[in-house]
Amino acid sequence: MEKGLMKGNEALAEAMVRAGCRFFSGYPITPQNEILEYLSWRMKEAGGAFVQSESELAAINMVLGAASAGARAMTSSSGPGFSLLQEGISYLIAGDIPAVIVDVARFGSGIGEISQGQCDYKLVTRGNGHGDSHLLVLAPASVQESVDLMMEAFPLAEKYRHPVIILSDAAIGQMVEPVSFPPMEEVDIDRDDWTVKGCKGDDESKKITNVFYYMDDYNSFLRDKYQRMTENEQRYEAIHVEDAQLVLVAYGISARVCKEAVRKARSQGVPLGLIRPISIYPYPKKAFAELSGECKALMTVEMSITGQMAEDVKLAVDCRYPVYTYGTGIKVPKSADVVKYAVEILEGKMDKEVF
Amino acid sequence: MVIKAPERITYTDGHSFCPGCGHGIAIRLIGEALQELALEEQVIISLDVACGGMPIDVWRYDTIEAAHGRPVATAVGVKMARPSQPVIAYLGDGAAYSIGIAETLHSARRNDNITVIVLNNCVFGMTGGQMSPTSLQGQVTSSSIHGKSMKEGGATMDVVRMLKDMDISYLARAALCDAGNIKKARKYISKALEKQMNGEGYSFIELLSPCPTNWNMDPGVAAAYIKETILPVFPTGEFIG
Amino acid sequence: MEKIVLQLQRCKGCYNCIRACPKGAISKSGTSNKKGYEVIQVDQEKCIACATCYTVCPDYVFEVCKPEKGA
Repeated sequence: MEKGLMKGNEALAEAMVRAGCRFFSGYPITPQNEILEYLSWRMKEAGGAFVQSESELAAINMVLGAASAGARAMTSSSGPGFSLLQEGISYLIAGDIPAVIVDVARFGSGIGEISQGQCDYKLVTRGNGHGDSHLLVLAPASVQESVDLMMEAFPLAEKYRHPVIILSDAAIGQMVEPVSFPPMEEVDIDRDDWTVKGCKGDDESKKITNVFYYMDDYNSFLRDKYQRMTENEQRYEAIHVEDAQLVLVAYGISARVCKEAVRKARSQGVPLGLIRPISIYPYPKKAFAELSGECKALMTVEMSITGQMAEDVKLAVDCRYPVYTYGTGIKVPKSADVVKYAVEILEGKMDKEVF
Repeated sequence: MVIKAPERITYTDGHSFCPGCGHGIAIRLIGEALQELALEEQVIISLDVACGGMPIDVWRYDTIEAAHGRPVATAVGVKMARPSQPVIAYLGDGAAYSIGIAETLHSARRNDNITVIVLNNCVFGMTGGQMSPTSLQGQVTSSSIHGKSMKEGGATMDVVRMLKDMDISYLARAALCDAGNIKKARKYISKALEKQMNGEGYSFIELLSPCPTNWNMDPGVAAAYIKETILPVFPTGEFIG
Repeated sequence: MEKIVLQLQRCKGCYNCIRACPKGAISKSGTSNKKGYEVIQVDQEKCIACATCYTVCPDYVFEVCKPEKGA
């Protein structure tokens, strides 16, 4: 199928195969199960390998093995399961190993609830696992964008030799939308010189371990890597920011609601704008350089209770503006409520920022 | 005829394991088997961390140092990506039987076509000789200073016995305590690799190994301890295949 | 040709070889290597090139030259 109606999770799974992923291991957890189920038959059809692992720990460490051997390798999970992936993610980062991991976020903390939520923002942007690290994190806001970002994820992971996270959520993963797919990509498993493939003749053996052990200046290496990501990989969409008095900041499912909110507000004469981060690490600071002189405040709209993204916004504007959060937790925000909250901020009725 | 350790094992001119440690012997046996079967250029090995990870800087085979307890899972990932190549997971008893017992048993359940070699010295070595699941009843370790007991530490875990009931291709246990037992271990490793190259599935070998440092024993006493005290608890031989 | 070639720089003085040698041909040498371990020595006359020392040595010290059969 090149074009049709498809559920977000299944479209993401099909895109993984199209992106040349030929190894998937995963463990059941709602709301990402369709990815696992789809790939259980589709991966074999595409000549790849699929295993339903005994745990998320096993899944991510299998990914480490397959990726080290040169395969484009993935796993997917959600909230509580994603927490368990931290061990292997940290080893992927330490070993300079590219891989792609999907988090179809749900409501937390703990086991939380299987329904929609955006509670994993800090989990995916604040390091991941032990160590001094960041991940590349892309957050789609539609089924089509899930596919598009998936197609970018492996080249990005391989460019930096670093894990990439696709942060979807239960709403986008479960919704059905029109979607079109690019053609199938195949990669040569022997394409890179650093992978383990068998040590021939008098060659030095390949060692997949913490690259720190064999590096004279690891500090500069790691700092440079994150700096290059920050400079080159900021992705965002900006809508009516140029004259907005209040700029909404939202990613994923909440951003869709915010687009509608901006339309509604402007039809009522309230000049709202929207910055939609597509990369949430690196955070798209560049988007905030476009704020107008009219701008009085910013407001994150997110399905978390504590306003997880507000800190990043505050840093992105160097604390020059007040930053509020309309956080709805387990409920998908309603555009009318977003507009109402924004108007109250503009009217000076909010005495406290999120902090 | 000259008998000497394979060049792939000695090219770094030795290793930094403690005097009398069984790892050095196990590494050489793996090297000999790979040389005998002409698999040196194909093999990919997945190691644990700590003592179990040190072979990465000793031998000349493409090697991954996996997370603690996950070498089996990582080996499965490698094998599924490169099914025609021999893949070995090499790890200690703490890794395979404590933190990684799920990976060890579920890989056996799937009969994954890999070879798992567990060096069992009944303690956590690198971290200072703490009690492991295979520590014997009464064994004094740094975390069981009055001797392991059912009340403090639980039973002594025999994973080879657990695996006997599973549909895997090969199962054996040997002891690295004297020349006769070491030669058996060597034979078992070749057999396990042959099973893998024939596509028969999961092959598993446990090597009972001395850890003189953490047992607080002279290497000679450690070897005698294996024969007199450990072998009655952990019998050796081939059990499947 | 000597029956045993020793890579004594690798020796760590565990003396597995001394205990295992069926002919009592291996003993402590009284000298230390760079690592600081007292290394071993082999009495080439007593040695029968059985390679038991090679088998039990964890440090790859021994290279054993076995006479060809029928030679």
